[in-house]
Amino acid sequence: MKHEVDVLVIGAGPGGSSAAKAAAEAGASVLLIEKRQEIGSPVRCGEGVAMDWLRELGIPPDQRWIAHEVDGARLVSPCGHVMTMDARRAGNETGFVVERDAFDRALASAAVRAGSDIWMRAMATGAKMVGDRMSRVKVDRFGDDVTIVPKVVIAADGFESRVCGWAGLNSRLALKDIDSCLQYRLVGIETDERWNDFYVGSMAPGGYVWVFHKGEGVANVGIGVGAHRLRKKGDVRMYLDRFIASHPELSRGRAVDIVAGAVSTSLPMDTTVKGNLMLVGDAARMIDALTGGGVVHAIRSGQIAGAIAGEHLQGGQPMDRYERAWRREIEDLLVRNYVAKEKAVNLSDETFDRIIGALCELEVSHITTGEILAAVAKVAPEFMAELEDLL
Amino acid sequence: MKRVACDRNVCLYCGTCVGGCPFEAMTLFSTWIEVDHDVCTRCGVCVKLCPVGALTLGEAGP
Ligand SMILES: Cc1cc2nc3c(=O)[nH]c(=O)nc-3n(C[C@H](O)[C@H](O)[C@H](O)COP(=O)(O)OP(=O)(O)OC[C@H]3O[C@@H](n4cnc5c(N)ncnc54)[C@H](O)[C@@H]3O)c2cc1C
Repeated sequence: MKHEVDVLVIGAGPGGSSAAKAAAEAGASVLLIEKRQEIGSPVRCGEGVAMDWLRELGIPPDQRWIAHEVDGARLVSPCGHVMTMDARRAGNETGFVVERDAFDRALASAAVRAGSDIWMRAMATGAKMVGDRMSRVKVDRFGDDVTIVPKVVIAADGFESRVCGWAGLNSRLALKDIDSCLQYRLVGIETDERWNDFYVGSMAPGGYVWVFHKGEGVANVGIGVGAHRLRKKGDVRMYLDRFIASHPELSRGRAVDIVAGAVSTSLPMDTTVKGNLMLVGDAARMIDALTGGGVVHAIRSGQIAGAIAGEHLQGGQPMDRYERAWRREIEDLLVRNYVAKEKAVNLSDETFDRIIGALCELEVSHITTGEILAAVAKVAPEFMAELEDLL
Repeated sequence: MKRVACDRNVCLYCGTCVGGCPFEAMTLFSTWIEVDHDVCTRCGVCVKLCPVGALTLGEAGP
């Protein structure tokens, strides 16, 4: 069976649904395909999202997917120094703690309302390239083989992306640029629910532990560990269990779900447009390497790619504008935080204690970035060397 | 010869091994992980990467 469409979007995560919506709004015929049977499920996320960023992206808060709101974040050093940051400073993972499955479903529904078609249980399994163009995409739709003939393809197939490889783009990651993650949703814990907590140090080598609150004694407690720091089978789970066991306020809780997954902590890909293909979100490695947050970048890159696909189909404008367009908005932050991550993963527990200890003496919510950096430069000059010219 | 094997009772189908495989030898389906044994080099990266320890590099079955 053959199926012609203007825009084929592969993967109905935040990136794909945002792309499908934008392309449909621009007048294109759009097909969004998702291999899973249920949008957003099983969840693969800590579910922390900055509320300001969502508003900027035109996504108004909706009680259907907001679990909890926090005032900001706390950074906890190995010896227990706590630095508190209000939401504005805490970056792109604080503000709301969402229900990712409901959130993703809302975004996919918005794409459908805008006119996009969607197929569930539909997995892209291969593609035919003619020169630089992806001329055909093979899809297994609920057991039936379908050949899609698209004018434009948007790859939004996430961390496990295969579409990049079909187009001859190299999306392979170095081990030091992967964090393997595990998270429990713990019920019955006793913590301060005003803040999302980040614990750094050797108890989470090359990553961190997060406690993102969902209200009423429930929180997502998870860990990311740098893949190059993993020694043997099951290490990630061992680190998370050990952390929880050593925190009585958490260990009294019980896990009612288990979330696993990986984040890229690399730079974004060098090439994100090729022929009629654009890459968005995790497939393009747009996760913030320092925080592991990627939802807002997936949404924004999807919006840009969808709009550009629409304009390309209507007026013939070249698609390689996509490369410049998303980089103009997102790349600086991704590069800066990648450099910071490269530094942070090599800090000793003592250095983390010194830096966070110095910062928590300042009234961080009221001071400027420059003052924070001056404080860090004083206690840990080695950390600052390359960062300074970037900030 | 050793082969990567996945314990289906442990695997959460999260795709960490698939995205992290240096040789792109793996594919994630909803309830199974496919390993292309012709492409796999048995490097063992996936075994360490798996957040829950579902993968092993063991002797191939019959
Ligand atoms: C443990 C963990 C915690 C995280 N915590 C946070 C956080 O707190 N805040 C934050 O902002 N980010 C977080 N992230 C990152 C965030 O989840 C991702 O950046 C975000 O989901 C990226 O969206 P996406 O649309 O690019 O990809 P995804 O959300 O991964 O969506 C990709 C979709 O494509 C589908 N798909 C894949 N291949 C195919 C195919 N061949 N055919 C059809 N469909 C296909 C998949 O099933 C999936 O639904 C976390 C990630 C992990 C793993």
